[in-house]
Amino acid sequence: MRCDLCNEREATVHLTEMIDDQSRELHLCEPCAREKAPKGLQGFGLAELLAGLADFGSKMGEETKAKLVCPRCKMTYEDFRKTGRLGCGQCYETFHRALAPLLKRIHGSGEHVGKEPAAGKVPAEELSQLKEQLKKSVAEEAFEEAARLRDRIRALEVKPKRARKI
Amino acid sequence: MTLNDLTRETGEWLRGKGPKGEIVMSSRIRLARNLDDLPFPHWAKPVQRAQVLARVQDMIKVSKFLKGSMFLKIGELSELDRLFLVERHLISREHAVEGTESNQKGVVISDLEIISIMINEEDHLRVQVMQSGFNLQEAWRVLGQVNAEMEEKLAYAFLPEWGYLTACPTNVGTGMRASCMLHLPCLVITKQIDRVLHAITKLGLTARGLYGEGTEALGNFFQLSNQVSLGISEEEILDNMERLIRQVIEQEEAARTALLNQSRNSLEDRIWRAYGTLRSAHLITSNETIEMLSLVRLGVDLGLIATLEQGKVNQLFIQTQPAHLQKLEGRPLTPSERDARRAKLLRESL
Repeated sequence: MRCDLCNEREATVHLTEMIDDQSRELHLCEPCAREKAPKGLQGFGLAELLAGLADFGSKMGEETKAKLVCPRCKMTYEDFRKTGRLGCGQCYETFHRALAPLLKRIHGSGEHVGKEPAAGKVPAEELSQLKEQLKKSVAEEAFEEAARLRDRIRALEVKPKRARKI
Repeated sequence: MTLNDLTRETGEWLRGKGPKGEIVMSSRIRLARNLDDLPFPHWAKPVQRAQVLARVQDMIKVSKFLKGSMFLKIGELSELDRLFLVERHLISREHAVEGTESNQKGVVISDLEIISIMINEEDHLRVQVMQSGFNLQEAWRVLGQVNAEMEEKLAYAFLPEWGYLTACPTNVGTGMRASCMLHLPCLVITKQIDRVLHAITKLGLTARGLYGEGTEALGNFFQLSNQVSLGISEEEILDNMERLIRQVIEQEEAARTALLNQSRNSLEDRIWRAYGTLRSAHLITSNETIEMLSLVRLGVDLGLIATLEQGKVNQLFIQTQPAHLQKLEGRPLTPSERDARRAKLLRESL
């Protein structure tokens, strides 16, 4: 296969670009990939490569991306690009559009087909323990701790709803 | 059970009794898991990592499979003890590095060292099961049970689309990494190893050295593991690995037969010289020991050295490592003292 850009050399870098849910395949030779691909792809170390790949794929403008902040752990998209690591489970939903092409590129597939946690089951023991602790913190007027526990209980109780396709 | 008790014991995976034990030293599967409501270790605050540690500790107390396991906080271990756990493949090198995070890092080690759980490594939990020989199925059966029990007590970060969520996007999906430690001396001697490794990396496996990522292939040991974890089920990963590894085993067996038929004298000479070195040396480095033990192990497998058991040889690979020698001696040793102590241990054991 020839490179889409120079149409001369053999294409060895294969990328999938996403523009508003429309995917487009891009086949490049290495020199063109280095030169023409977005900045992030120019580093070729493993960490840079991963972080660089995170840059590719979605056509979200830099401004839109910069605004992405995980509501739960406060990781920004920029933080992810620097470290190549996500901050928490919620990040996968926050950066969903940017991550989808990256995961496809790493794993060659975008859909999980393996085991799942027992369907929507809330760990009953943990929940009752938490409720017990919540009562105690309210009684002790430890409101900060109580708020944390309340959020945790809420998160657990709505869990079955989250078991949906996104 | 305490850490010092382990010095006198051997992990189940070193028994040398599993299927195809003459070529496959051990089979290991690990699952990466994260708690649903807390940031991943590298992004979490110390107090949040401490919560992870506390929750796992609570979970163990009521667990059927892990009750009676050792629960160790990495920050409370000496450098020597941490290295000791690395040498036994119970924790990774990264997990052993001393730093501000050590205080919230932990490890759970079950009876016979079959199950181990690293807490707050790259992910909140890295649950691993190790078995002797070519035995991914048994490892998966045990891990499945442990995992099911843990899942009843801990809520994991999970999305239907992307499976179990991990700090690094390369581990999402099943979160599974399965690996087998293969001893392939005859593929190395006959210079076929590069061809074989090249072929399997094209088919979705990765090859690494004795101590995992970034380590060299000492003593003709190669750790083969799956590359991809998303879009493929656990059973498919294992099935794929078993098929490929079975073929590598066949290649090594063919190379062994060919060498015995075509250059038996020179092969026997190498093996017996290695045995002689280990039995006579008064100073020997860790690397030379591994190279020599590799040949002795081959001699045992081929029935040339009838007086030795494979389990014994397997054990020596671990016991001659620096931290193990120092635990045995009960005090820190300088590198040259270690070379002497190692040689003494080998002379006494062989």
